[in-house]
Amino acid sequence: MSEAQALAPTPVRARSGGRRRLRQNRAALGAAVVLAALVLLAILGPWLSPYAYDALDWQHLAAPPGLTASHWLGTDPLGRDLYVRTLYGLRLSLVIGVLATAVSVGIGVAWGTVAGYFGGRTDSWMMRTVDVLYALPYLFVVIILATVFGRGNIAMLLLAIGAVGWLTMARVVRGQTLSLKRREFIEAARATGLGTPAILLRHVIPNLAGTVAVYATLTIPELITYESFLSFLGLGVQEPHASLGSLVNDGARQMLTAPWMLLVPAGVLVALLLCFNLLGDGLRDALDPTAR
Amino acid sequence: MLGYAVRRIAGTVPVLLILVTLSFFVTRLAPGGPFDEERALTPQVRANLDHLYGLDRPLGVQYLHYLDGLAHGDLGVSYKLRDESVAGLIAQGLPVSAAVGFAALGLATLCGIPLGLWAALRRGGAVDYAVTALATLAIALPAFVTGPLLALLFGLALRWLPVAGWQPGDPLYLILPAVTLALPVGAAIARMMRGSLLETLSASFVRTARARGLGPWRVLLRHALRPALLPVVSYLGPAATYVFTGSLVVETVFALPGTGRYMVEGALDRDYTLVMGMIILYGALTLLLNLAADLVYGWLDPRVRHE
Repeated sequence: MSEAQALAPTPVRARSGGRRRLRQNRAALGAAVVLAALVLLAILGPWLSPYAYDALDWQHLAAPPGLTASHWLGTDPLGRDLYVRTLYGLRLSLVIGVLATAVSVGIGVAWGTVAGYFGGRTDSWMMRTVDVLYALPYLFVVIILATVFGRGNIAMLLLAIGAVGWLTMARVVRGQTLSLKRREFIEAARATGLGTPAILLRHVIPNLAGTVAVYATLTIPELITYESFLSFLGLGVQEPHASLGSLVNDGARQMLTAPWMLLVPAGVLVALLLCFNLLGDGLRDALDPTAR
Repeated sequence: MLGYAVRRIAGTVPVLLILVTLSFFVTRLAPGGPFDEERALTPQVRANLDHLYGLDRPLGVQYLHYLDGLAHGDLGVSYKLRDESVAGLIAQGLPVSAAVGFAALGLATLCGIPLGLWAALRRGGAVDYAVTALATLAIALPAFVTGPLLALLFGLALRWLPVAGWQPGDPLYLILPAVTLALPVGAAIARMMRGSLLETLSASFVRTARARGLGPWRVLLRHALRPALLPVVSYLGPAATYVFTGSLVVETVFALPGTGRYMVEGALDRDYTLVMGMIILYGALTLLLNLAADLVYGWLDPRVRHE
């Protein structure tokens, strides 16, 4: 519930309003439940099956799914269990999505608070930079980064994806900082002689937590999509490892003979992205019903 | 208006230069080069090749040389695809990519705006509910998921449309790629149009127009539509960016002979000039479409021009 508590733009009354609005949003609540189930499956799933994600089963090559079959979601042409591989891919996609979001939240919050708090020429140059980056086909730059600095290097992949996801965050955070810095408690902090870094860290950033949490929820599916996109192009996660994107890619190649290889990971990916989007939209509406 | 347009066009040149500089140095700083083959070349052959393409000169000189060529409209020759100039490769692939991209943008706008308006006018009704739900789903679906799924359904299962490939002049091959790209963009436009019309309809000038006794259609078309279109128009720039990056996926999924595939191939092969050509092509296209969206915005909203 920490997110709902942090949603408060102003104390007590608005907070209860936000929580009520979130509770009334059945789509967002349902999404949260499904999401929790998916996360749980990603964590526990591989232990619920006797197969390893990279184990080959020569008896069952490209076996179709079936409730009584030994591989109930089928196998790929190498005899690897699709259920385990999908959950493994889900886990990897989630981890990369969340960590890359953390990177982009870090950059976005730092950039936005500094631009908004200092204002003037600093602000206009920093935000001009963001505008310029917004207009670029930055996924192409990510493609270059991913190809050039080692395919399958997950740390590099994380940085490359995280480095493009911070633009919206920086804009939102700057806007919030602009309105925050005119408030009395910031002035009071300044009057007590507190330095600028301390004001930013102790007074501005904690008050941004709600907004940041909402936009982070909306950034995660975006970055999961980027990662899957790169893996789909064969530039991200490499064999025998799997992410949802690389599984969809494998499935698309086999779609003529083994359509389940496409349908299973595609279904999981769609459910994941849809739930994150629904939850993020719900949180945003609860925080600020007029934004959209 | 003309002054505004000129100022904006001049503003895109430095952005493009930054993009060119950035990608030039990032691709060259990476390990590996275009002539690293499985079978190593003899040092003499290697040196000759490097000398022929100017790769033995200092990086700064190479950069200035590239910019000089660029200023004369020369994108250089491909290092890997023998006898091909980058401009020639672009000329071959661009008609296909452009056809798919513009068909997708057109489809998204022509379906998205009316659907959004319809949903807003029937707020709370079944239409509104259906449009909102479909839009939420379509936005969540990335092109590399919808593409194969649509090919599976309409190509393999129903056999209505070709699964993949391209025949010049045959619009059947255009349908699935364009729909795949248009789905999320059209959904985003519909959602934005709905929200923005609802907001405009509750504005005081609309209430005034109603109070003057104007009919609902007149209020909508003469008063509410123009301001309500503003956010949608400003979204067209990012939408174009999405369509161009998406064309990469769509060209892979549907095996189209467009320009998108050169991006990945070129980067993997360290074919520097080819990658740079693609970056410049897509960068310029993105910037131009963003610019076009801004100009339409300035035309719709006179306040922007005078800032």
